[in-house]
Amino acid sequence: MRAYLAQARAEIRLTLTQGESLLVTLGIPLILLVGLDVAHIVPTGTRREITFLAPGILSLAIMATGLVSLAIATAFERNYGVLKRLGATPLGRPALLAAKTSSIAVVEIIQTAVILLVGTALGWHPLGHVAEAAAAIVLGTVAFSGIGLFLAGALKAEVVLGLSNALYLVMLMLGGMAFPISRLPGALHAVAVLLPASALSQALVHSLGTGGAVPLSAWAVLVIWAVGAPALAVSTFSWE
Amino acid sequence: MAVIEVQDLVVRYGARTAVAGVSFEAHASRVLGLLGPNGAGKTTTVETLEGYRQPAAGRVAVLGMDPVADRRALAPRIGVMLQQGGVYARMSPRQALRLFAGYYREPEDPESLLERLALVDAARTPWRHLSGGERQRLSLALALVGKPTVAFLDEPTAGVDPAGRLAIRQVVRDLADGGACVVLTTHELDEAQHLADNLVIVDQGRVIAQGSPSELMAGVGGGSIRFGAPPHLDVASLSATLGAAVVEDSPGEYTVSTSPTPQAVATLTSWLAQRSLPLADLRAGRGTLEDVFLQLTGTPGTGQAGGAAVQGGRSRGRRSAGHRSERSEGAGRRRTGSRR
Repeated sequence: MRAYLAQARAEIRLTLTQGESLLVTLGIPLILLVGLDVAHIVPTGTRREITFLAPGILSLAIMATGLVSLAIATAFERNYGVLKRLGATPLGRPALLAAKTSSIAVVEIIQTAVILLVGTALGWHPLGHVAEAAAAIVLGTVAFSGIGLFLAGALKAEVVLGLSNALYLVMLMLGGMAFPISRLPGALHAVAVLLPASALSQALVHSLGTGGAVPLSAWAVLVIWAVGAPALAVSTFSWE
Repeated sequence: MAVIEVQDLVVRYGARTAVAGVSFEAHASRVLGLLGPNGAGKTTTVETLEGYRQPAAGRVAVLGMDPVADRRALAPRIGVMLQQGGVYARMSPRQALRLFAGYYREPEDPESLLERLALVDAARTPWRHLSGGERQRLSLALALVGKPTVAFLDEPTAGVDPAGRLAIRQVVRDLADGGACVVLTTHELDEAQHLADNLVIVDQGRVIAQGSPSELMAGVGGGSIRFGAPPHLDVASLSATLGAAVVEDSPGEYTVSTSPTPQAVATLTSWLAQRSLPLADLRAGRGTLEDVFLQLTGTPGTGQAGGAAVQGGRSRGRRSAGHRSERSEGAGRRRTGSRR
């Protein structure tokens, strides 16, 4: 417990003082939220844009935490021999994972609060399907953290740096986060619906934005990624 | 009882055998130095003791436990200094020490470690902006923060300036005097001589000699005088005067095969004086670790490795093969092949 607390404090401090990380987890989502809302370019049909944009951007932020911030930080820790060194301390892997999870939770609570605040200021009236939204955020976090840790544990830090940012962009475009995936051409749409990004954004747009039941297909895609990605990470992760 | 037991250890990386049958013991309150050229298998041996590598054959025990299987039980009692890295790039020494102190039940005071390792001025500097020597000292401090019973230090003085080396030597000495068993690696003979109570010399994955530095050094040079002088001396004349064979090992480097008595040295120097010849250097009696090392590894095939290992030292001509075995027998130490 002692070791976990020390580690969690350190992880939270490191994450919240990492500029590049804050840029992708908070900066870019907020710029897109405000920018796209003000520019009125998101094709949402007759609905108010913010109703789609705020939950879409929240899913982008959640994605960034696991896929980009966690992946890059872990890749560099591996690169600098930190993970190896920690292996020789009494900390232990379960406590290390718990500390990283705590740090992710803190970041996501901040993200959610800030996006709710800014979204509300822009005229958003979030719906109250809190349980559904929370379940989607947890599943999405597990899925994206799994992908992030898979990259971090298998590839060189510099490669992870580039690749996770590239995936972030791809998912931003194909993930129904900045505009609905119904606007994508047929083939791209077929790929997009299988991505964890679109499943998360769909779940959040429905539970917090437009209302209506979250499609079962979105839950299925989220669950498959949330199980598969961490399993892949665990089986391939190299600590040195 | 030995704190660390290594018996016929073999470690492989795929097809490559990094450690090929190493045996030694290390004890409480003693500093054991693993000495050898780069690639000799020192780090692999230490990392096996730390639980990072699984032996392909043989047995290792730390405090009577298996480093891999009993990792959780061992972790609170061992201190580890990796050859490089191991610290969060954005953490300062003070932050890193406080974090690591949090892993242990009764840790050392981070502030006192900062002082003892001369890191007070750098205490707030992020790791990535520290100098090589500061990083080494921090890494050592992190190995000590849990008050270890056993400490593994991989190349603790590599890249450290002379003042830093003195601080590190003192800290290592204090650690052993406090009852800990210290195992360190180095490829620098001078460091080995200063830091270790016992040495295990490894080359190409095998132990080629072990003993205390003085035991090892007593084994070489006992039957000879070596000196440097202008090249191409009249060795026949000198041999006749001394009544012993004189060989010019390499241009300007000579070995006299006689006991290094004051009389012999006086005869040698007066012979040079009569001819107004300068004496570059003179060594009589026990050799240096460098001699031990060259003698053991300075044969064709391993000579390059041996040469790399004495970086910073003066390079000397290689001894002839005959000379080598003759001295080795006189040394009375355990050699490869003569396993218990």
